[in-house]
Amino acid sequence: MSESREITLTVNGERHLIVVEPRRTLADVLRIDLGLTGTHVGCEHGICGACTVLMDDEPVRACLIFGVQADGSSVRTVEGLAVKGELTDLQQAFSRHHALQCGFCTPGFLMLAEGYLATTPAPDPVAVREMASANLCRCTGYQGIVDAIVEVAEHRFRQRPI
Amino acid sequence: MKPARFDYHRASTTLEAVALIDDLGEEAKFIAGGQSLVPMMNFRLARPSALIDIMHIGDLDSIQRDGDALVVGALTRHRTLETSTDPTLMGGFALLPTAARWIGHTPIRTRGTIGGSLMHADASAEWCMMARLFNAQLRLEGPRGRRTVAADDWFQGMFSTAADFNELLVEIRFTTPRQCGALAEFSRRHGDFATAAVAVAFDVVDDRLCNVGIVIGGVEGVPVRAGEAETLLEGASVGAVDVDGAARSAAAGVAPMESEPREAAYRRHLVDTLTRRAIHDALATGVQ
Ligand SMILES: Cc1cc2nc3c(=O)[nH]c(=O)nc-3n(C[C@H](O)[C@H](O)[C@H](O)COP(=O)(O)OP(=O)(O)OC[C@H]3O[C@@H](n4cnc5c(N)ncnc54)[C@H](O)[C@@H]3O)c2cc1C
Ligand code: FES
Ligand code: FES
Repeated sequence: MSESREITLTVNGERHLIVVEPRRTLADVLRIDLGLTGTHVGCEHGICGACTVLMDDEPVRACLIFGVQADGSSVRTVEGLAVKGELTDLQQAFSRHHALQCGFCTPGFLMLAEGYLATTPAPDPVAVREMASANLCRCTGYQGIVDAIVEVAEHRFRQRPI
Repeated sequence: MKPARFDYHRASTTLEAVALIDDLGEEAKFIAGGQSLVPMMNFRLARPSALIDIMHIGDLDSIQRDGDALVVGALTRHRTLETSTDPTLMGGFALLPTAARWIGHTPIRTRGTIGGSLMHADASAEWCMMARLFNAQLRLEGPRGRRTVAADDWFQGMFSTAADFNELLVEIRFTTPRQCGALAEFSRRHGDFATAAVAVAFDVVDDRLCNVGIVIGGVEGVPVRAGEAETLLEGASVGAVDVDGAARSAAAGVAPMESEPREAAYRRHLVDTLTRRAIHDALATGVQ
């Protein structure tokens, strides 16, 4: 029905029951209905990647999914990274490597990278660059972004439980 | 922009999906991964009255072997095909996972499906090219039962297929495995649809090329086969393949779209270059 529907979304571990119009994208559900404005919206046609979130652990474009399609799924956004204000290793590396300037693209890159590192523990810099090419950044020139992700990948690989 | 209003339905079986669309009429649309449909809705280039979500139909997300043929469910996502590299399953179709990697980027491939791509029927889409290269049979389920359409008859013009509005694409059967294959593409920005693309596949028997297929994407309104170039390569000995002749013949054989001046000549030039590249790369896959 074009009238609103009730959906269940687990966002950053918290379960939400929300009533949404079918035409509301997941990006807008997060931003408008849940007030989680860390997920940014740039192009709304899948090109820029600013809206990238993890849906059932996989990176997706939140602007290309309707909230009703996501009913029942589990979503992770940039707000779910830092614990009690303590930035994650990846966020700290972004800061250290000047992987952000205006920061508009950063939530998308962070979620893209988290999704990627979870399935690719020891990527080489070429693979990281290929993966990062999914998203656009108008400020940094990408080098800092790639450096930050490569550094964290190497660090996490060394620290992994054996 | 934001999309126009629509009704949303979820189908859990093929029959239910077909019954729903037959009932709702031509203004309704199926939605699979949404990676082509949702951008068009966000731009309001598409304003379906209703969407029927088919992603919860359980049995259409699979890759199986049936003798020589590789049978892929329509809801199989690009990402699943990209990561299906098991040689016992993919033998003769090793080009499919490679081709998947050319589709957009990972966050597109985690959602988009092979069926959606074939229904969207972009002339440069990797799955559209692969369907022609490996002589796919596409199975449709409609209100009057099922039917099968060969890839050669599937593409009816730009973004248009042989499927009726109330038919669901359920299965893609790639029928002709080949030992060697390669895909060469050009696009101005990494991850975009190709400006032009050429896919080549063949077997090598007694040191000679056979079952040669060459498909050109993005140049005409539908993916086309380079028949003359195929004939030229058929039977050629591996050490003396007339790459030059095949490339020139492929380029001469296409009728490129031209929306800007000199675009046709440019696309022809791309076909020539990409055909060379694809033949060389395909020969190299045979050496390994
Ligand atoms: C940024 C970006 C880059 C891209 N780059 C590429 C690229 O390089 N190469 C490429 O090939 N594609 C590319 N795509 C498109 C992508 O591959 C889509 O996933 C694909 O074209 C459509 O598949 P889908 O499952 O998302 O279909 P949807 O968007 O859900 O549907 C597309 C159309 O097919 C119909 N449909 C879907 N499934 C069925 C079915 N089983 N039976 C009947 N009708 C059906 C729908 O009604 C709709 O009309 C890109 C997309 C984006 C956003
Ligand atoms: S806003 Fe989703 S990809 Fe640009
Ligand atoms: S930091 Fe400004 S767009 Fe990336």
